[in-house]
This record gives sequence, C-alpha cells and structure tokens, in this order.
Amino acid sequence: MFEASELNIRNRKIESLFRILFLLMAGLLILPVAIILAILTYKGSSVISMNFLFTSPTEGMTAGGIFPALIGTIWLVSVALLFSVPLGVAAAIYLSEYARDNWFTRIINLAIINLAGVPSIVHALFGVGAFVLFFRFGTCILAASLTLGIMTLPVVIVSTWNALQAVPMAFREACWNMGATKWQTIRKIVLPNSISGILTGIILMVSQTAGETAPIMFTGAAFFLPQLPQSVFDQTMAMSLHLFVLATQVPGVPEDVPYGVAFVLIALVLVMNSLSIAFRVYLRGRKKW
Amino acid sequence: MVTAMASLPHIDNPVKLAVKDVAISYGGRTVLESVTFDVHEHEIFGIIGPANSGKTSFLKTLNRMDIFNPSMTFTGQITFNDRDIRKWRNVYSLRKRIGVVFPLPVGLPLTVYENVALAPRLSGVTGKADLDIIVERCLERAALWDEVKDRLDSLGSLLSGGQQQRLTIARALSQEPELLMLDEFSIAVDPVTTMRIEDVLKKLKKEMTIVLVTNLVQQARRLADRMALFLDGEVVEVGITEDLFAGQVKDQRTKDYLDGRFG
Repeated sequence: MFEASELNIRNRKIESLFRILFLLMAGLLILPVAIILAILTYKGSSVISMNFLFTSPTEGMTAGGIFPALIGTIWLVSVALLFSVPLGVAAAIYLSEYARDNWFTRIINLAIINLAGVPSIVHALFGVGAFVLFFRFGTCILAASLTLGIMTLPVVIVSTWNALQAVPMAFREACWNMGATKWQTIRKIVLPNSISGILTGIILMVSQTAGETAPIMFTGAAFFLPQLPQSVFDQTMAMSLHLFVLATQVPGVPEDVPYGVAFVLIALVLVMNSLSIAFRVYLRGRKKW
Repeated sequence: MVTAMASLPHIDNPVKLAVKDVAISYGGRTVLESVTFDVHEHEIFGIIGPANSGKTSFLKTLNRMDIFNPSMTFTGQITFNDRDIRKWRNVYSLRKRIGVVFPLPVGLPLTVYENVALAPRLSGVTGKADLDIIVERCLERAALWDEVKDRLDSLGSLLSGGQQQRLTIARALSQEPELLMLDEFSIAVDPVTTMRIEDVLKKLKKEMTIVLVTNLVQQARRLADRMALFLDGEVVEVGITEDLFAGQVKDQRTKDYLDGRFG
C-alpha cells in the first residue's frame, strides 16, 4: 500500500497552483482582444453598409464611405508583399542554408536586428529621402509600399529563418549524402516542409503593413483623394491614415464613423489572416513528419 | 613465425578505396590519426571500435561531408577509384557513387515511393515507367518490397523503425552506388530485421563494395571479409576477419577487444 508523503502532497499542490497561474496569464491575453473587438463591433457595426464600403467620402469626409481608402490599403499591402516576400524569403534561405558563421553573416544578422528596432517614423523619413526624393518616385503607392516593405522585412526574414531551421538537419544530411546539391535539397525537402511556417511570417507582415500609418504618411498616402489609384505611381488614401485623420483632424465627424473604419480595417486583416490560416492548416495536414 | 593466413577471394580485386595516413581533427583537436588501409572491390570491410573512436568522422570524410562542418579538417590521402577525393572536381558526383545508411533511420518526409525515387530524379530520371522499375528493384533488394508494395503512397515516416532502416537502404541503393557505407545500421533495429538486413548485405556484396561500421563484434565477424579496429583515435589493427578472430593479431588490444575483455 502506497501513501503519498508530505513532500508528494506539497509538490502536487504547487503543481496545480502553477498550472492555474499560467492558465490565468494565458487567459488574460484574450481579454484585450475581446474588448477591442467588442467595442468596435458595438460602436462601429451600425455605420457599416454597402454604401459605406463602396462609396467615396463626401462633405469634407464627415459623410459617405471609405472605398478609396479600402482599395488603397489593398494596393499598399499587395505591392509591399511583392517586394518584401521574395526578398525576405531569399535572404532567410541564404542565412539558414548557405551562410557560414563568419563576420559577414554576423553583420547581416546585426543589420536585421537593427532594422527590426527602427521606429516606424524613422522608416517614414528614410522612405521620403530614398524613394520619394532620391529615386524620384514622388509620393506614391510605390514609395509607400517600398517603405512598408523594408520595415516589415525583418519579420519575414526572422519567421522564415525559424521555419527553415525547424526542418530537421538529418533530412538535409540524408539528401546531401545522396549527392543532392544544397539547392536541390532546399527545393525538394526544406521548402515543402517549412512553407506553413513561412506563411505565418507573411500573415504577421500583412497585419502589420495594413495597420501602419507613419511610414505611408509622407511617402504616398493622401489626406483626401476621392478617385481610385490607377497605377503604383499614384497617391492613394489608406485605411489607417483615414482613421487617424477622421479621429483627429476633421471636425464634425459623427462619433460612430471612426469606429466603423477601424472595424473594417480589423475585419480586413482578420479576413486575410483567416485565409492564410486556412491555407496553413491545409498544408499542415499534409506535413510529412 | 609463419602462420597460415585465411585466403580471401576479394584480395586480388582492384582497390576501390585507398586510405593513406589519414588524420581527422575538429578545430585543431585530433580525433583520429594514421589511418591506412585499402578496401577492395566486392568486399565487406568492417570497422569496429568503441564509441568516440572516430568511426563516423571517418565515414563523413570518405564522401566529403566534412565540407559542411567548417571546424572539421582531414589530412592524408584518400583515393576512390584511384582518384584523390580532394581532387574530385564535382563533389556531388562523388557522393552519388557512395550510398550512406545512418545509425538511426532517416525517412525523408516523402512517400515511400518518393523516398526511393528521389535520387534517380535528382540525376535526371523522369519517366514514370523508369522510376517504377527502379523503385521496385531497390525495395526488392532491400527486402522491403513485399511489405510496402501496397502502400507506396503512404509516408515513409509511418513505417516501423526496422522498415524505415530498410527504406534508407533502398534509398541508398537507388543511387546505384559503387560503395555502400553503413554506420551502425542495427542500433535501432530488432534482431530479426538485423539478420534480414545482414542477408541483404551478403547479396549486395556481389554488386558493390561495402564499408560496415559496427560496434557489434559478432556482426563484424558474420559479415566482414576484412576489418579494422579503431581505438582511442587510431587504427590498432587491420586484418582478415577470420585471422583476427583466430587470434592472429599484431596488437594485443585487438585480441582483448574481440574477446570482450577490454577496459
């Protein structure tokens, strides 16, 4: 017959204490998200209509819809993705699969860490200097998206790098032993098994890009521009800036409208995220180890 | 003293692998030195020795996997088909000729079929019919075909440990290697499967040269035509397996090791 010693009993109590503590901490994380969503839905949903989504703002932005801003954000995010995903994934592949531990690699890593630490307003000024003035793009979608792209590059690189590193080394070695080149190994084994992790980074990047205001303020986003952009060399409205403008710069906006804009912005991000998550789940279902 | 040496059918075969004065070090720390021996075509050459005696490092050097470890260097000369492996212009073509089987089976995250078809695909075989033939032949030779022929499309990693190890062997065979290196292949395999794989190796000997690293003395005895004992970072003895087990040794440590009286 076994009996729990006093030490056993105490350990068990401490065990449940910590379990509950950690559960509470994790549970607390849901709270802010839930509150934000609840407030936005409560205050914002009343203004949402087809008219709100698909018409331009009118009467000094106190009435009408948000269509140009919605389309503008989609432009900005898409062009930024086109820039930072290929560049970021390629850089991560180099760092994870090819780079040796030497001064050059360390400099690149240092640069990425620093890039991640730069405040977004500094990125904005860099964007003005580099893309608007030096490359003479002017204030336009291209300049704004490139600024956003550079800003989110570290997110893409770091998450892609982590995804690549999660593929066991033994798989690579088995492949190399067969006489496969590094690139063949990456293409046949490493990339197919890290794609879901890479997508996670891109999801993060999309969310961050859609919400950023500072980097696009001076580089391509317009205060008020009722017509839609025709090319990447046009200026555009954007949801994030529009929200900032409505909330702080324009007198006489009905209280519900900024909440409506915020609601649509969040919904846009959530929709994009869920699409990627669904895709990830599909890919993970096919994960092979 | 003249002793009757056991005669070997392979000893007159051409030299497949010649190792001369090889030393291997990691970041200046030497783990293995003065390795010198020849491996002849169609023989099974056993390498025995305790853990940490440099056996695996030696195998890694043979197919130039040392390149992937910047701190790993080797000196001396290794020739494969009479060509210095350092001067082998295309290291990938060297590795293609050398199949490797690891201590723990590595089922690549692919289907059983794709595991075996990968190496041929990488060398440019694309026709489905050709690949089908290669896959069946390699699985057959690795004594796995009967067990997996109905589930070629399921994942290689879902097979049992013993089956995965035979899958690894089938994959190595799919390279059409001239030399097969096995590194303690039976470590994670049950005795029955081990015996099956040993039978496979005895047959494969007719088609290729085999280097077998093992820490099981009796396995070396069953399989190896000749063998070398690695001990404390050096090669203590190289000789014909039968002779060594018959007690004809140059170094007393060999006899002690083979008799299990070591340490």
